[in-house]
Amino acid sequence: MTLMWILLLPLLGTLVPLLAAKWNRSACALATALPPAIALMLVLVHTEPVLSGETVRFFLSWIPLLGLDISIRLDGLAYLFSLLILGIGLLIILYARYYLSERDSMPRFYAYLMLFMTAMLGIVLSGNLLQLWMFWELTSISSFLLISFWWHKAEARRGARMALTVTGAGGLALLAAFLLIGQVVGSYDLDVVLASTDVIQQHSWYPILLVLFLLGCFTKSAQFPFHFWLPNAMAAPTPVSAYLHSATMVKAGIFLLARFYPALSGTELWFILVSLTGLTTLLIGAYLALFKHDLKGLLAYSTISHLGLITLLFGMGTDLAAVAGVFHIINHATFKASLFMAAGIIDHESGSRDMRKLNGLWQFMPITATLAMVAAAAMAGVPLLNGFLSKEMFFAETLHQHLLGSLSWVIPVLATVAAIFSVAYSMRFIHDVFFNGQPKGLTKTPHEPPRYMRVPVEVLVALCILVGIFPAYLIGDLLHAASASVLGGTVPEYSLAIWHGFNLPLMMSILALAGGTLIYVNRKHLFDFQNTLPDMDALNSFEGGVKALIARCDQFYQWLDNGSLQRYMVLVLLAFIVLAGMPLLELDTLWGGRDELPIDAVNATGAAMLLIAAFATVVWHRKRVVALLMISVVGLMVSIAFTRFSAPDLALTQLSVEVVTVILLMLALFFLPHKTPKQSEAPRVVRDISIASMVGVLVGSLSYGLMTRPLNSISEFFLANAKTGGGGTNVVNVILVDFRGFDTMGEIAVLGIASLGIFKLLTRIPVFKPSSDGEGRPWATERHSLLLSTVSQSLLPLAVMVSVYIFFRGHNLPGGGFIAGLITAVAIILQYIAQGVDWVKERMNVEYQRVVAVGLLIALFTGVGSWVFGRPFLTSWFDYFDIPLLGTIELASAIAFDLGVYITVVGSTLLILASLGKMTTSHRPVHKDTI
Amino acid sequence: METLFACCIGFLTACGVFLMLRGRTFPVVLGLTMLSYAVNLFIFSSGRLTLRGAAVLGTSEQYADPLPQALVLTAIVIGFAMTAFLVILAIRARADLGNDHVDGKLPESEMSKKESR
Repeated sequence: MTLMWILLLPLLGTLVPLLAAKWNRSACALATALPPAIALMLVLVHTEPVLSGETVRFFLSWIPLLGLDISIRLDGLAYLFSLLILGIGLLIILYARYYLSERDSMPRFYAYLMLFMTAMLGIVLSGNLLQLWMFWELTSISSFLLISFWWHKAEARRGARMALTVTGAGGLALLAAFLLIGQVVGSYDLDVVLASTDVIQQHSWYPILLVLFLLGCFTKSAQFPFHFWLPNAMAAPTPVSAYLHSATMVKAGIFLLARFYPALSGTELWFILVSLTGLTTLLIGAYLALFKHDLKGLLAYSTISHLGLITLLFGMGTDLAAVAGVFHIINHATFKASLFMAAGIIDHESGSRDMRKLNGLWQFMPITATLAMVAAAAMAGVPLLNGFLSKEMFFAETLHQHLLGSLSWVIPVLATVAAIFSVAYSMRFIHDVFFNGQPKGLTKTPHEPPRYMRVPVEVLVALCILVGIFPAYLIGDLLHAASASVLGGTVPEYSLAIWHGFNLPLMMSILALAGGTLIYVNRKHLFDFQNTLPDMDALNSFEGGVKALIARCDQFYQWLDNGSLQRYMVLVLLAFIVLAGMPLLELDTLWGGRDELPIDAVNATGAAMLLIAAFATVVWHRKRVVALLMISVVGLMVSIAFTRFSAPDLALTQLSVEVVTVILLMLALFFLPHKTPKQSEAPRVVRDISIASMVGVLVGSLSYGLMTRPLNSISEFFLANAKTGGGGTNVVNVILVDFRGFDTMGEIAVLGIASLGIFKLLTRIPVFKPSSDGEGRPWATERHSLLLSTVSQSLLPLAVMVSVYIFFRGHNLPGGGFIAGLITAVAIILQYIAQGVDWVKERMNVEYQRVVAVGLLIALFTGVGSWVFGRPFLTSWFDYFDIPLLGTIELASAIAFDLGVYITVVGSTLLILASLGKMTTSHRPVHKDTI
Repeated sequence: METLFACCIGFLTACGVFLMLRGRTFPVVLGLTMLSYAVNLFIFSSGRLTLRGAAVLGTSEQYADPLPQALVLTAIVIGFAMTAFLVILAIRARADLGNDHVDGKLPESEMSKKESR
């Protein structure tokens, strides 16, 4: 559990500075430093087991089905990184206290910083791949917030966006890699993955997942060709640069290389990709760093170059190289963080970071200058400092590798070249800033910083020196433990001594120092040469690329989404044709082995009528009334088909719905044109006919294939349990009100919502009064047919009686709430048609939306009622009662549910039709003399 | 019989799709209605065709599959609700926009014809 707190404390720590915002700055900084300080102690508590090679774990099952667990593991590597993150983090908190001005919101800065710290700790402590990825993304987001901390500056916003785009894209690649690894290994647990080296490397996906994985690492660690975001991220406040862009976040990619070293490395592909990327980055970074006039720009490129060096070490494939890589991670973090902080002090106290203006600062800030010089010397690899040791190991390893076959000698040569430039830019940092004449054009006189602002630099520089002089004593155990977890247990023999005798690596170091000095002295020629090269602005070209991409997407989107529904319909149908057609092409035959029923005369006649009516609808679709009549014939034939094929309930429903639909469409035609103008040109008609035929052929084929396959249905259950479990013999009805009652509940809710929607659509509709039909004939003036009104009045009680009968028998014989509801609705609509809205309203003044609500509530409460008896929602209940005179009667709770259905159907249908019908009446021209 | 049934479904679908591709709202509504007939028949037929076997217990030896029937029954009612909603939407659109084209505006070819008149 203490492991969990290492993560939780910084997370809770994000709130601390916000709560402490009202206190003075020092108190706020102190309060902020408290949680990470405790977390650091918690890490240190585990020193003994970890250094002796143990892995401390904490596990909490979270979503095991997805392979997602909360898993924290602390091994040597994680321990090393936790120390760096928390230790340097604490120094940064102290430093930022003095660095940020009164105008900056310090609590906000600290909150972002703590969020970042949590994310970073999450990465190094994760024992689950998905969890690790989540924290990985969190670092991208929190670093975005930190880089854009000075959001009022355009370059900060642009730099932050670029960093987020590049690292975010890399994050997606990493997610893909993790998912692939999870698929290959069958687990997202880090321990399992690390133990599955052979499974992963022999899998055919290995090249893909490795490339995706490396994309994630390289974007984060600013490796060539993704290095361009790092210099632009220097728009961030300097504490952020020191923390994220030298010590921690950019090391996250390298951390992953180290973390997955046992599982992924050792193949030819790994060597080539990792080492060549590292080598290229090392050279480009070292070379470009020399030409940057901005202090932080120089440090940024130097960071890129050192990250390349570490990557190269991990790509070499020897165990010793990996040890050297881990060692250089520690050393680089210490000297680079202190250099960034020194640069921040210089900027803060002299008002500029431009090395063309900054000169001769030695006389103004001798202590800072000394510290910076020591750190820069460590960066250059001067003996007795930590940078020298890891660089020696690096040189030694370049001599031992055989990456490029007979051309392998190139690598040590190029490594020396890079080291020469490294010495040159380090010298520039020292000489150009602290000596080399007098400052030019500074806005303020430089001076030493506040006492405590220098403390973090002093601590780190002291570490540089101490590690440089007593390496084995100070960090021998730590390095051993961390290397052990990178290499999977066995660590090769190595010696952390300063003096290894006169050997080739020492020669290379001496050559680098001499060559670097030479280049720096003659830098003018090199600068002149560099100035003749075209200036490359990564930010502008990157943003240009993004803009072009957006414009291209926009174009595509405009083409695809041009606002025409007709066109969308065509696209959807074409997609259907392709998606449904492809699998059918692979099928040998449609017939599924089931014998067909014989065709009799009745069926053949019915089918013929259906086809003719459908065809007539299409042919006459521009004469709308005729088309409406034709389509009603189709509906009629469909309901006959239901009767014929043993679905009496469906037939009854279809028939009553048909009546309601035709009335509705007739009413609608009052408001719509009665004829469709001829508009489609011949090519379009041909196109539409082709699409329609193709869809028809596909659906017909699917249907044939489905019907001729043997039936394997779950309906046996319903048939067997309808009577015993649901208390009814009409299985369809029992399914509706009992087995699948919850579905029905949803469906009547949809019905109710649709009718309410219609009601709302029709209120306050702009007045639109057609005074005549489509051919200019005025509407009939007699209001209501006498015959119809007489008949309809006498029909009403009869119809209601029929619907009651249909309703009650529904549980055992065809019928039920849906059908009864529709019959009742039709009977009432007939009154509207025969007598008019006003007449009905006088006699039956009901608000149908209330009826809908009552119906839905009845259905709902019937369902909830079963809770009272401790049964699940909508469990139905039934029993038989002996009632004198009437005999045995069955009462079922399902009847109440069906009643809800009935009332909802009546209410919705009437709400729809009456709302529409009312409008035709109000717009009807009134002829006073006929009333 | 199955062949004929499948042909009917296919033909209804084709007619429905053709009507749905028209430009004015009313034919589109007719097309959707037609398509919903086809879809209902399709789902119904997934329980296979059975003669004289209504799923009322005690009335026959071999029962038709009741499950697709129950599904189609609610589908018919909801289909009605959706048709109604669509029709009212069409009416509202015509009242608000002044035309009954599905895109909400007449195609350019037609506009120019109107202007030249």
